[in-house]
Amino acid sequence: MDVTYTILIPLIPLAVFLLLGIFSQKIKPAVSGIIGVAGLSTSAILSFYTAYQYFFVHGKVDGVYQAIVQKTTWMNFSDTLKIDMGVLIDPISIMMLIVVSIVSLMVHIYSIGYMKGDDGFTRFFSYLSLFSFSMFGLVLATNLFQIYIFWELVGVSSFLLIGYYYTKPSAVSAAKKAFIVTRFADLGFLIGILIMGYYTGTFDFETLNTVNHETGELALNWASNSFMGLSVITWALILMFMGGAGKSAMFPLHIWLPDAMEGPTPVSALIHAATMVVAGVYLVARLFPMFYFVEGGFALNIVAYVGGFSSLFAAIIAITQTDIKRVLAFSTMSQIGYMMMSLGVSGYDGHEGVGYMASMFHLFTHAMFKALLFLAAGSVIHAVHSNYLKDMGGLRKYMPITNITFLIAALAIAGVFPLSGFWSKDEILVAAFEHNMLLYIVGVFVAGLTAFYMFRLYFGIFWGKETKYEHAPHESPISMTFPLMVLALITVVGGLIHFSEYVSADKAGFEAHLNIPLALVATAVGLTGIILAFVFYKKENNLADKFSNAFGVFYKWTYDKFYIDEIYLFVTKKIIFNLIAAPIAWFDKKYVDGTMEGIGNKTVVISDKIKGMQSGKVQDYAFSFIAGVVVLAMVFIYLWTN
Amino acid sequence: MIAGISIYEVLTVTSILFFIGVYGFITRKNLISILMSIELILNASVINFVIINKYLYPDVLQGVFFSIFIIAVAAAETALAIAIIINLYRQIASVEVKDTEIMKY
Amino acid sequence: MEKIIFYILALVIIIFAIASVSSKKMLRSVIYLLFVLIGISGIYFLIDYNFLAAIQLTVYAGGVIVLLIFSVMLVHHIEMELELAKVSRRILVGLVSITGLGVFLTTIYSHEFAVVENTITTTTEDIGFGLLSYDVGGFILPFELISVLLLAAMIGAIIIAKGTKLTNKKNDTV
Repeated sequence: MDVTYTILIPLIPLAVFLLLGIFSQKIKPAVSGIIGVAGLSTSAILSFYTAYQYFFVHGKVDGVYQAIVQKTTWMNFSDTLKIDMGVLIDPISIMMLIVVSIVSLMVHIYSIGYMKGDDGFTRFFSYLSLFSFSMFGLVLATNLFQIYIFWELVGVSSFLLIGYYYTKPSAVSAAKKAFIVTRFADLGFLIGILIMGYYTGTFDFETLNTVNHETGELALNWASNSFMGLSVITWALILMFMGGAGKSAMFPLHIWLPDAMEGPTPVSALIHAATMVVAGVYLVARLFPMFYFVEGGFALNIVAYVGGFSSLFAAIIAITQTDIKRVLAFSTMSQIGYMMMSLGVSGYDGHEGVGYMASMFHLFTHAMFKALLFLAAGSVIHAVHSNYLKDMGGLRKYMPITNITFLIAALAIAGVFPLSGFWSKDEILVAAFEHNMLLYIVGVFVAGLTAFYMFRLYFGIFWGKETKYEHAPHESPISMTFPLMVLALITVVGGLIHFSEYVSADKAGFEAHLNIPLALVATAVGLTGIILAFVFYKKENNLADKFSNAFGVFYKWTYDKFYIDEIYLFVTKKIIFNLIAAPIAWFDKKYVDGTMEGIGNKTVVISDKIKGMQSGKVQDYAFSFIAGVVVLAMVFIYLWTN
Repeated sequence: MIAGISIYEVLTVTSILFFIGVYGFITRKNLISILMSIELILNASVINFVIINKYLYPDVLQGVFFSIFIIAVAAAETALAIAIIINLYRQIASVEVKDTEIMKY
Repeated sequence: MEKIIFYILALVIIIFAIASVSSKKMLRSVIYLLFVLIGISGIYFLIDYNFLAAIQLTVYAGGVIVLLIFSVMLVHHIEMELELAKVSRRILVGLVSITGLGVFLTTIYSHEFAVVENTITTTTEDIGFGLLSYDVGGFILPFELISVLLLAAMIGAIIIAKGTKLTNKKNDTV
């Protein structure tokens, strides 16, 4: 199947970015909004077409979905070690294409209403298109270097979008923080890539992931060096996971995600809920055969525990936050922790690979309802002009559509039957139950916490206390409510997709069954959380305050996000700046700058001396003249006799 | 031709005169002194022309004619130089070389 | 006999030339130059170029020296002592001059001059014929050019030396 046309999917947003970026002064805002939406709709249509072609027309070959690759060599280092640029079409990349295009398109339509009247309207759309281009490129990458290039591009777009309100200092520092933390994580990623390339001799995903069907192991051979007890390939995978952890806001590289909420809400919906933060999950899924087979899945274990811990950590913090976007940010971190955990406990063949399938399925459904939650929150913020729970309450009377869609999304994330969240979360718990009991218990607990804090949020915004508003909030315009409705629809019916037949670890597809006992446990836990939130928050009362006082100092720790930010600040400011950066800066200023300036100064001194030759004294000139003639005469008449 | 004097001796004399003029030109600090040194140089070259004419080519007179022209030109040049010096003296009230070094770096 | 006269004249020329360039008083310098010029015309007399000697005396000793004396009087106090250049500079220039002189003399002495012995006396008539003839070998064109040059020099000298005061006076009277 010829997939060259898929190169248009990233290139159309790139063209839109260039167009809007270069001509931003000349294009009217309304027109730029339409151009952005048009470009992304085309990419969305192409994505759906590719999906249709791949899954239904082309289908399975030898019972397995083949990875279709179209690439050209960009840089050649040796016969096998080369950097290509191209497109890789396989089940998860198509799934990601669909996720990214749907969410991005909805965010574009939403932004037409949300950003209306803003000065940088065209700039915003150009950045959105840049981000879409980068994300599409990341998803379609054929090799480690290409994914790294787009990884960085996504980071840059995120920086530009978080720092969109560049006159606000908090936004600027949040953008810097996001970029620096992810860049630091990408250092690990790059080292991992280099180690991988050096020891295996290739960067290509296809080659790296080829599994020998007879032996059931990776077909690729590599130099079996080991470093500190682990194979170098394991180290490479752990370092690459570090990069993924940074991008996906896993502990301890999560500090940028709450601050990234300084950006406009559509940005939070697109980047920090649905697409960029799942790049880490996507990376692990892309390299899943390597993670699973190398050294008995050592690196995969690390992925699982980091994911599990992060999800628990984030869920605890989310209970106490008062800024609605920060609650959603921690919720994202928690859900991505779920996805990582699910990948971590996954097997490979057939039903063993349910963790992999569940992770991808949860990625899909989470993207939809988390984007919906963020966009609805944006709608609320737009109406109330404040981010904080204390300024909200009783909004259900004023904003019915937002109310209903938010409720649907909250039910989905709590895992209530028959919404899509129920199905995906259930599969994750099945995978955890079958492979790692500890992580299963953690997962169940987190499910309860998720339901609790999400409904705390829901009741706090739409029910709870009846706040008196100075301007009565009104429902958002159709450009903002239309995406909410579309996403709510997908959230409702998404669970009916037979995901396991399309996406699975060995690409062969399997039939997933509903595990009734585990499903009941999960639903029960979810309902407990909802009921607790109902009791605490539906009507105005002080039960919540009494509870938080009972927890005392533990509550304060949670509210301050366990002081991780403060630890980082201490390490960087006191230790790195003073002990490492300052001496290096001194050396640079004194010796490197000194040398360069010294050369300049010497030149000035020399020229000062030479300028005496132009003394203005005719006699000096005459003297030089005579002396020159005498010397030349001596040379030519006597010395140079030929 | 002077009886008993070879051409070499005369040419020696003119060369010495020439280099005395050069020395004076580069060493003196007064504009008029420099002018006088130029006169020495010119005169040395005039003697050279005349002597060569007399000793080596006695039947033609080009050397003499050329000497006449040199003398005329030298006199005119001296007159003009004096005029310029007087003009300069009016501006800067000095005929020292060190006061005329404005065109420098 | 002529040999002795020549040597005396050569001595006069060189000594007075050195004195001229190293004297500390301005007027004495000019007078020494006068003696040098007279010595040079003496040499011309020795080689029977009487016309040239006369021109030398008239133009140089009579015209140029008088001009120099008048300009010296205009711009100097007569008793003023001239300052000499630094010793190092004098030595350096002296060295270069002596080197140059050495080059000249070496070249001159190593060359064989084809001297033609003669005792022809050049008369003014010969000079006149040569200078003003139209035939081949005549110098009438340079002669005319020289006269134009002298005219230009005269006019130039007048313009340069007259200054601005005279112009204003001229405008006033008109």
